[in-house]
Amino acid sequence: MNNFLAWIDARFPLTKMWEEHLSKYYAPKNFNFWYFFGSLALLVLVIQIVTGIFLTMNYKPDGELAFASVEYIMRDVDWGWLIRYMHSTGASAFFVVVYLHMFRGLMYGSYKQPRELIWLFGMFIYLALMAEAFMGYLLPWGQMSYWGAQVIISLFGAIPVVGDDLSLWIRGDYVISDATLNRFFAFHVIAVPLVLLGLVVAHIIALHEVGSNNPDGVDIKKKKDENGIPLDGIPFHPYYSVKDIVGVVVFLMVFSLIIFYAPEMGGYFLEHANFIPADPLKTPPHIAPVWYFTPFYAILRAVPDKLMGVIAMGGAIAILFVLPWLDRNNVRSIRYRSVAYKLNLVLFVIAFLALGWLGMQPATPLLTNLARVFSIIYFGFFIALFFISKFEKTKPVPERVTG
Amino acid sequence: MKKLILIACIFFAAPIAVLASEGGFPLDKANVDLHNKEALQRGAKLFTNYCLSCHSTGYARYNRVAKDIGITDAQMSDNMIFTTDENGEKTKVGSLMKVAMTPKYAKEAFGTKVPDLTLVARVRGSDWLYTYLRTFYLDSTRPTGVNNAVFPNVGMPHVLWNLQGYQKPVIETETDHEGHEHEKIVGFETVVPGSMTAPEYDQAVRDIVTFLTYMGEPAKLERQRLGVYVLLFLAVLFVFAYFLKKEYWKDVH
Repeated sequence: MNNFLAWIDARFPLTKMWEEHLSKYYAPKNFNFWYFFGSLALLVLVIQIVTGIFLTMNYKPDGELAFASVEYIMRDVDWGWLIRYMHSTGASAFFVVVYLHMFRGLMYGSYKQPRELIWLFGMFIYLALMAEAFMGYLLPWGQMSYWGAQVIISLFGAIPVVGDDLSLWIRGDYVISDATLNRFFAFHVIAVPLVLLGLVVAHIIALHEVGSNNPDGVDIKKKKDENGIPLDGIPFHPYYSVKDIVGVVVFLMVFSLIIFYAPEMGGYFLEHANFIPADPLKTPPHIAPVWYFTPFYAILRAVPDKLMGVIAMGGAIAILFVLPWLDRNNVRSIRYRSVAYKLNLVLFVIAFLALGWLGMQPATPLLTNLARVFSIIYFGFFIALFFISKFEKTKPVPERVTG
Repeated sequence: MKKLILIACIFFAAPIAVLASEGGFPLDKANVDLHNKEALQRGAKLFTNYCLSCHSTGYARYNRVAKDIGITDAQMSDNMIFTTDENGEKTKVGSLMKVAMTPKYAKEAFGTKVPDLTLVARVRGSDWLYTYLRTFYLDSTRPTGVNNAVFPNVGMPHVLWNLQGYQKPVIETETDHEGHEHEKIVGFETVVPGSMTAPEYDQAVRDIVTFLTYMGEPAKLERQRLGVYVLLFLAVLFVFAYFLKKEYWKDVH
């Protein structure tokens, strides 16, 4: 066995990689609950790829056949319903874990120097994930697939001069049609997943280059023992591999509860109107995107002018990219930051959740006004952060990690 | 503080608003039990006899339905298949449950497309279906002579009239907070009795809705059964995972 490993190692850095990324990758020993979601995101990615491969074996990307082929998977393909529910629940689960993962980064300042690139790669992953989810949602070819895509693609039409040509180019037709379905299928099953995988690798390589942050925001590499091992670090494997297994099992329990007992999740994961085949001649009375897009959809609708709305929606995502440079404070963790900072973050979370809810509701005048208030709070977070971070009075950060 | 109260009100009021149909008529509880094989069989019989001539359930196969509701292929073929295939032979039991009526004919007869009902329970919900099938009432302004409290101006005639009979609505006028008067259906009175009593008819409709609920998702019974074992396995796995972690982490201080 050792000879075999030596043979491999002489030709491929297997042991070196194993050590660098697992057995001798020293992670802070004080990771808490919030640190499960990175590995869980990786798990969900694998679930989506594997179930997706099996779905493509019976799915037909054709305007005439797509809807029926999904029902064929649900009824006639052995275990098809399970694979399909894993995939549809996995899409929502992906966003749940990614949002929690991002929130962890916000709380503990994981985006700050020297981890700006990790944050940027992460943001690109988030962007690719949104594209992946959006295109995947067209594939069942239900009414909500169709009209949701119609609404979102028509937003490109708001761009001055090139807008109409651009949306025409994206659709490949004047309306959402078979041409659109085919190209979305191509993007969903190969183009975007390739980008996504590449970005995930970059995200992890960048992380392992600088090392993980922790709930105290302490740099563990500052205090090392005589062997050069951080005093507060423990090897990822076996410590965090066995810990993450516990997280994985708990996650799978929740995941299974949904798959087996509430796969529609009351219409949030699988919308009721999407069980009607796409009908270009019949607009549903209420079009709402799936829950993970609704915060941005609410911001879009909050702005009276269409172009400005599109800009605001894009801006809401774009502003996250520059977060590492908006936060001008050297203290990373929320534990040692000011009350003003904490309050700001709490307001941001409330605004994000409220916008998410508002984005699902029909746009009544009252709700639109509420969406405006929360949109202002959403953007206000970043502006306030820029100033608070410069002037806030922080608590002293300990030398070593606590707890 | 006012804003908070307002938000709280919206959060709690929203689900209540959803319980009514788009016609504003409150929905009755269907209380379907998918484990009830007899109800499924009675529902299948009513459905194939009364509904399946216009409405297809074109994503489902006869033999799969037969297996799931607990009858043999022969029973299915003898009692519930009434169509012929393109060769003029009786539709095979492995076929999809399509109808002979063309969309063009449907459009001429009913002024609209007749929807496929395979997934109708997943779109409308079982309570909606249960209420809908029980709230047809006489309305001479409609081409079919009937209207519906849950689905106003529906194109469908009262197909089950010989079971339920015909009823007329009891209407009350109420004034809203802006002073406008609205007519509201609060109940029904039988005009022509049908072959069934009201409780018998409710049960018949419940059977149809049970069947349609099954039809919407045949995997439902299977997934609920399987889920127990998956969760039990995960619970056991959790115990091992937890103690494995604890053992490894003993020396981390």
